[in-house]
Amino acid sequence: MRLLKIFKNGIIDENPTFRLVLGTCPTLAITTSAVNGIGMGLATTAVLIGSNVVISLLRKFIPNKVRIPAFVTVIAGFVTIVQMLLKAYVPALDKALGIYIPLIVVNCIIMARAESYASKNPVLDSAVDGLGMGIGFTIAITLIGAVREILGNGSIFNMPLFGESASPALAMILPPGGFLVFGLAIGLVNLLTNRQVHAAGCGAHEAGCDACPANCGFAAEEKGGQ
Amino acid sequence: MLASILIAFISAVFINNFVVVKFLGICPFLGVSRNIKTAAGMGVAVIFVMTFASSATWAVQEFLLKPLELEYLQTIAFILVIAALVQLVEMVLQKTSQALYKALGVYLPLITTNCAVLGVCILNLEIQGNARFLMSTLNGAFSGVGFTLAIVLFAGIRERLETADIPKCLEGFPISLISASLVSLAFFGFKGLFQGLM
Repeated sequence: MRLLKIFKNGIIDENPTFRLVLGTCPTLAITTSAVNGIGMGLATTAVLIGSNVVISLLRKFIPNKVRIPAFVTVIAGFVTIVQMLLKAYVPALDKALGIYIPLIVVNCIIMARAESYASKNPVLDSAVDGLGMGIGFTIAITLIGAVREILGNGSIFNMPLFGESASPALAMILPPGGFLVFGLAIGLVNLLTNRQVHAAGCGAHEAGCDACPANCGFAAEEKGGQ
Repeated sequence: MLASILIAFISAVFINNFVVVKFLGICPFLGVSRNIKTAAGMGVAVIFVMTFASSATWAVQEFLLKPLELEYLQTIAFILVIAALVQLVEMVLQKTSQALYKALGVYLPLITTNCAVLGVCILNLEIQGNARFLMSTLNGAFSGVGFTLAIVLFAGIRERLETADIPKCLEGFPISLISASLVSLAFFGFKGLFQGLM
């Protein structure tokens, strides 16, 4: 029951894409098709589960002062594993995602979960948290990818939808369409749930910005803006 | 040589702008763009770190990973180099230039996990030819300039948005993303600038 709640938390209550607004770079960059969204989502999920488990196992041994470099090393290790597996078994996906696979290292979702969850909770909870967050991320970017693919390419999962005569709005699979669909999607979620996304990506963490490694820059702006 | 540097500059700043075309460094682009002053501060810090990171990762790649045939460790090696470099830059700035440290200090820790920095280091590996060190370093600097241009332009728009009347569900992130879409559309105008030249 408790595990189910943790799982649901990642998918709905604290959906990393629509609620926490973390990991925006891959969300915008690779959502040109639904298939890419699923691929990126699952790759990130694999890294997230792996890093959450290892960091949770090591949480009593990692000194507080060097925890961020330690987390980054663990995460980079898992990213390298995923990168090699993709290259070996699904080279087409590896090509489509390109540079964004190594960049999973700096995806703030993974760092944020390591810092705010895995480093404080037991192994099983952390694994389920990783799975929930990963699936939440996958669902979100697959949805965005599907919308962009339908509007910009006239197809879904590479199957044509509208026949020969329709000309899709190409701009939707180009960068401007990415920003637009993502913005409207968050707006729609806000409208449906009648809640406000916090001012910055890390706003949802109770611990405050000092404990949050996600580089949303909110704290810096507070300090620098005075 | 000069011509290719000029082409690299225009390409990195306008045509393949890191933020609005390549989608790298979106987190700081959305997070630190509420006013022009802080946006410019972040931009300068990014130019600084990107330039040094490009040179440093070139050296790591050429003298460490390639001779030892450890290229598959690139991701781990690069992110550690960047993290160490950011720390180093921070310490050096603190000791040598208080003014600069005060201006850039708060942004530096954020840059370690800025995907634009790791991104430029990985993209630099694709550069061919015999002036790889120079071109990598310049590419780092130019990409940083592109980032700064985009974030400062965007901050200008957001300052205006503060006073605009926006539907409640679009306040905050959604309206920022929609305006970013328009900025990105503007940058699209540069596409094909060099098709006649090359």
